[in-house]
Amino acid sequence: MRYIRPLSIEDAVGQLAGAVGPAAILAGGSDLLVRMKGGFIEPELIVDIKAIAGLSDITETADGFRIGAAVPCAVLGENAALKKAWPGVVEAAKLIGSKQVQGRCTIVGNLCNASPAADSVPALVAAAAKAVVAGPSGKRTIAVEAVPTGPGRTSLAKGEIIEAILLDKRAPHAGDAYQRFIPRTEMDIAVVSAGVNLTIDEAGVIKAARVALGAAAPTVLLVEEAAEVLTGRKPDEATLERLAKVCSGACRPIDDKRGTIEFRRKVAGVLAKRVATTAYQRAGGK
Amino acid sequence: MAGVAVSTTINGDLVEYLCQPDETLLEVLRDRLGLTGAKEGCGTGDCGACSVIVDNRLVCSCLVLGAEAEGRQIETIEGMAHGDQLHPLQQKFLEHAALQCGVCTPGFLIAAKDLLAKNPSPTEEEIRFGLAGNLCRCTGYDKIVRAVQDAANVMKGA
Amino acid sequence: MNFDPRFSGRNFTSVGTRPIRPDGVDKVTGRARYGADFNMAGQLVGRILRSPHAHAVIRKIDTSKAEKLAGVKAVITAADLPDLTDGDTAMYDILDNSMARKKALYDGHAVAAVAAIDARTARQALKLIEVEYEVLPHVTDVDEAMKHSAPLINDAIFTEGLEEKPVKPSNVCKRTQYGHGDVHQGFAEADMIVERSFKTEQTHQGYIEPHACVASVNADGTADLWVCTQGHFVYRQHCAQLLGLEVSKLRVTSSEIGGGFGGKTHVWAEPVALALSRKAGRPVKLVMTREEVFRASGPTSATSIDVKIGAKKDGTITAAEATLRYTCGPYAGMWAEIGAMTAFACYRLENVKTVGYEVLVNRPKTAAYRAPSAPMAAFAVESAVDELAKEIGMDPVEFRIKNAAQEGTRASYGPVYGPIGIGPTLEAVKNHPHMKAPLKANQGRGMACGFWFNFGGQTCTDLNIGMDGSVSLAVGTVDVGGSRASLSLVAAEELGIAYEHVKAVVADTSSLGYNDMTDGSRGTFSSSMATISAARNAIKVLRERAAQMWDIPVDDVAWEKGHAVAKGATHGNLAPLSLKEIAAQSGKTGGPIAGHSELVADGAGVSFATHICDIEVDPETGATRVIRYTVVQDAGKAVHPTYVEGQYQGGAAQGIGWALNEEYIYGKDGRLQNPGFLDYRIPVCSDLPMIDTQILEIPNPNHPYGVRGVGETSIVPPLAAIANAVSNAVGVRMTHIPMSPPRILAALEAEREG
Repeated sequence: MRYIRPLSIEDAVGQLAGAVGPAAILAGGSDLLVRMKGGFIEPELIVDIKAIAGLSDITETADGFRIGAAVPCAVLGENAALKKAWPGVVEAAKLIGSKQVQGRCTIVGNLCNASPAADSVPALVAAAAKAVVAGPSGKRTIAVEAVPTGPGRTSLAKGEIIEAILLDKRAPHAGDAYQRFIPRTEMDIAVVSAGVNLTIDEAGVIKAARVALGAAAPTVLLVEEAAEVLTGRKPDEATLERLAKVCSGACRPIDDKRGTIEFRRKVAGVLAKRVATTAYQRAGGK
Repeated sequence: MAGVAVSTTINGDLVEYLCQPDETLLEVLRDRLGLTGAKEGCGTGDCGACSVIVDNRLVCSCLVLGAEAEGRQIETIEGMAHGDQLHPLQQKFLEHAALQCGVCTPGFLIAAKDLLAKNPSPTEEEIRFGLAGNLCRCTGYDKIVRAVQDAANVMKGA
Repeated sequence: MNFDPRFSGRNFTSVGTRPIRPDGVDKVTGRARYGADFNMAGQLVGRILRSPHAHAVIRKIDTSKAEKLAGVKAVITAADLPDLTDGDTAMYDILDNSMARKKALYDGHAVAAVAAIDARTARQALKLIEVEYEVLPHVTDVDEAMKHSAPLINDAIFTEGLEEKPVKPSNVCKRTQYGHGDVHQGFAEADMIVERSFKTEQTHQGYIEPHACVASVNADGTADLWVCTQGHFVYRQHCAQLLGLEVSKLRVTSSEIGGGFGGKTHVWAEPVALALSRKAGRPVKLVMTREEVFRASGPTSATSIDVKIGAKKDGTITAAEATLRYTCGPYAGMWAEIGAMTAFACYRLENVKTVGYEVLVNRPKTAAYRAPSAPMAAFAVESAVDELAKEIGMDPVEFRIKNAAQEGTRASYGPVYGPIGIGPTLEAVKNHPHMKAPLKANQGRGMACGFWFNFGGQTCTDLNIGMDGSVSLAVGTVDVGGSRASLSLVAAEELGIAYEHVKAVVADTSSLGYNDMTDGSRGTFSSSMATISAARNAIKVLRERAAQMWDIPVDDVAWEKGHAVAKGATHGNLAPLSLKEIAAQSGKTGGPIAGHSELVADGAGVSFATHICDIEVDPETGATRVIRYTVVQDAGKAVHPTYVEGQYQGGAAQGIGWALNEEYIYGKDGRLQNPGFLDYRIPVCSDLPMIDTQILEIPNPNHPYGVRGVGETSIVPPLAAIANAVSNAVGVRMTHIPMSPPRILAALEAEREG
């Protein structure tokens, strides 16, 4: 086993591409070290990406925000501009683990761990975030929802690293929000979750919406029918009830130690209602 | 497996060690450096008993590799008191009996120190959520929260 | 030694104050040494290979590859722990649980172990051990295990306690019955009867410190064991017997203990560590992972309980009956029996009957968990009592007051009570401001009572007075939550000196006589009795020395406020001699001054508590939040009130976790699905409110200061108190613990659908 700390993304990609045995990327380590401890992965090579220039920065660009792959979630919460523009993404990132884990975990790690219950992913998908992938054949930018392909599996090829997450510049009258259901108040994995991102017009009518559910299917669910329910309307009681019904119907959950199929279905709808209401208020809707 | 040579600062002292690439900072502290104040309650970041501060960030040392400590500033429970002068949090934990078995106490003290450094006047709710990453099975948290509240008041006055 | 343990009302100087504990500074500075914090020169790392199957015959174990791995110093299987139990079935069970002999009986059962130069090598070696299993059908559910068609866990077990001797083996290892009167007659007299069935899932003590030990066995048959335990003398006894060592040649030192709650009353990996050390010829450190703690230490029983209670319209209970089925894991236990004894202990009943069934399942061996077996029985009984009060139309507190046991009541489990605290705790609850506080929508208030016996037992204490007058107190009961502070207070009180001059330590097994372990809430009760006795013996010596210094008869010397005082007109001008002054001269007056005590602490006073809680339920998700919580409990005498409060709060918090979210979840394959703190959900700081406490002091007549045990009772009422609160909040009666959000939501949906 080797531990390396490359200084450039090219070096990191090259090391990963050339690795003989299993290789692992280390940013925050809050998933990787747990998997190593449990014996689920025994990497021959650990590539610590925290020394790579730019990967630990949040930069505000003309197009929006670029969040480096090694930025801990706690830092997201300390960035006032990001918090103002994408409060739903930030609140989702801030829900991952404890204060201790917050100082280490990253949204890219959360995405690449490919758990259906990952907290930041529904919020990122609702926000139409993109991932910048660096690999042996250059860089490409893909939708966040294209990354996880199933529990624990991603579309990334050998040697590829997500170096950053891109979030658009915020249009006026837009808001996003995220909530999850957990049995305790902290420290649990989402039993089911919802992220909603809305843009409204001057009159308070929803112009565009994206609704994503977590822990409701093998990968994050972007529920287009739910967006249709919201678009062109205000979130009145009837609309919210329809939203809940559509979201519950879209779920393809499982029974497991964290919850039942019935529970996840029902609560997915409840959360969608609550989250849409918050997102609407954040967009300036009344 | 090739050892990794690490040079780091722990409680203000320069420390050098050789560790395995998959060895955690917690293992290094406890088994190589004899700093057994940080405890392993779970090894998976769920209990906070191994809490330390790395470059002003509260972390679980079981979720940090020893190799990652290169060039960092690490604070552990062993460095919390100044000589024979206990930190106000340590003193208040004693006065309020905020510990029974005490195995979670080092982690709580480090987490509470980090909390008060970032928020010197936390509400009860902020304390409770701020310390939610630290499990205590003995106290029901009541006396821990009171000790942190009391310490915050003392530290503000100081 | 003529020690008089009877209560004598006295004014206290030290007892009842709240000083800082003697082991405190070590614990806030990280210096205190717990099980895993100790190392020996040349020590190896021990690791255990565990069965992935819930039930399987071990056909063959091939350790040859592991033995050849560089750095491996010993590999052991059951063959290295030969059966020396000589027909003692309880000891055989402990042996078999330490290392499976013929069958793996649960997911996590130890089958082999290695000692290697480091953790990595040990982990690799485990992977090289080849075990051939024949997987058998398994059963983990208590009701399923009782069926005739269930897979048999041990074909040598025939149900004990039946009128007719059974001809077929069974998973029910024992039936027990308690009660008096005629319940048929009693139910016939009732105007209302409530009959309900309940289930509770298995929970774990959840101590933050995993089991850890360092074992060192020498070629000459002497051995040392450093270990986190609630009872190092008991560990010594068991380990010596299992390893074939002479008891006095095995020295066991109890480390600081990072929580036990009953789970560290039992040896698990310690005999394995000793066997590894013996084979390797080097010390071995063995620390369980958290996963191992959940899979292979001793959680509490899962239960299935039926309760039937009848009452007259005026609120008099006429009959009460319960059938209690408790899992024991794969070995015999007496968990249902304890449940059957405690179930109705709070009440004054003419007609009562409880029947317990001990049920074997493919789960880890059940161990004690804080007032073991009582919380589940109380959940069932106190839920039914609340329902009955509702049906009669009586306030639940008044209904309980009307039927509460009192001094002279014959307890449902046999004995006649002396002065007890159930009535006073109920009266205190009735008058508590919490009961009158307003509630909001979706909030409900519940209350419930709880009982625990409290234990006494064998205890031995040494009290040595230094030449500077300071006192070292060596006790043999492990300090699990501040007892060194309370015992120092007791020594200071009895001797008449300041608390600061007493230093209490927990002595190792070679330094003190045998002590039972710290269980049954006995630590402070028993060791304070022994400490008082030892102090009185020391005072006798102090008086003799003073008499010698003064050259007067010892009968003329009294002990008052830390001083020898000469009594009688002839000694009028002798100034009192302080303990310090007498100690300073001890080298010249006969040598060191000490007091010793060996006794069986009898007469542990029974303990009662009543809890109140407010719960808010989110009717859309089934989520619950504890809004307010109050504990009222009788302490007899609170020696160190802050630590008494701590016991009340800690027990309540554990009960809240049990009631709401904690449970062992087994898959269809019989494997534990949630062996970690991520999915075994103990309460976190933000889950709980402040936990208010009210200490009542109804003196125990059998203790000089009136002390009763306080450690366990506080976990008994919460399950029922919360169930009653949920029922009052949203109108559904929860009969399955934990009341997790999916269960509450399902109950609410069922209610809505009518």
